[in-house]
Amino acid sequence: MTVKELVDALNLTVVSGASGLNKEVAGGYVSDLLSDVMGNCDAGRIWITLQTHKNVMAIASLKDLSAVILVKDLKPEPDMALQSEEEEIPVLSSSLQTFELAGKIYDLLK
Amino acid sequence: MVFEFEVQGGDFATAGNASSQIKKILKQLNVDHRDIKRIVVALYEAEVNIVAHAFKGRIIANIDTSEVRIRLVDEGPGIPDIELAMQQGYSTASSEVREMGFGAGMGLPNMKKNTDEMHVTSVVDKGTTVELIVFINQPTT
Repeated sequence: MTVKELVDALNLTVVSGASGLNKEVAGGYVSDLLSDVMGNCDAGRIWITLQTHKNVMAIASLKDLSAVILVKDLKPEPDMALQSEEEEIPVLSSSLQTFELAGKIYDLLK
Repeated sequence: MVFEFEVQGGDFATAGNASSQIKKILKQLNVDHRDIKRIVVALYEAEVNIVAHAFKGRIIANIDTSEVRIRLVDEGPGIPDIELAMQQGYSTASSEVREMGFGAGMGLPNMKKNTDEMHVTSVVDKGTTVELIVFINQPTT
């Protein structure tokens, strides 16, 4: 499944980094602790978080993640959105909270 | 080959820049991607530690065909008890830094786990030096 297909299936908002929507989604990871993601998340996954600052994109890029999904309609800070464009890693937004969103994505990917 | 980078304490907007550049260099040098992954995790954690805790620092990356050796030298408060700092979950990060999702006490353990050797030396009120060593392109047995 590509990021674009995930966006369509779950009616996610593409906030930034639309040029990366064709990336494949290899799985997902849920965490708001950056070192947890750094240490334990594999490449190609989508990362569900409520963190909205630029360092999220630094990690997404270093770990070669497919996309970042912000929950509860959160929006990235401007410099996070900018880096998402530069790195071509989409930032998506969902109105759902983490538990519900992760459950739906898990169902789609299993 | 030797590459050097400056890191500014407190500047979270540029945290990870040196790690990102070193990752690019390692890719260009065709280092095994599994080795790159390990180096990047350890290096990013060490770089963020300078940003979160020190006034400023320098990263000196020494890359040869079989080994990547990275020294991170900072001027800062130092670590009074390195053994304690190495413990999973122990952190002295400020509440602002924790709100950003840093400071979970996972940085040093992540560095240890992703390197073949790691050496930390520190002088309180002067600074900390971390050396990360990863053997690269080893034949898989």
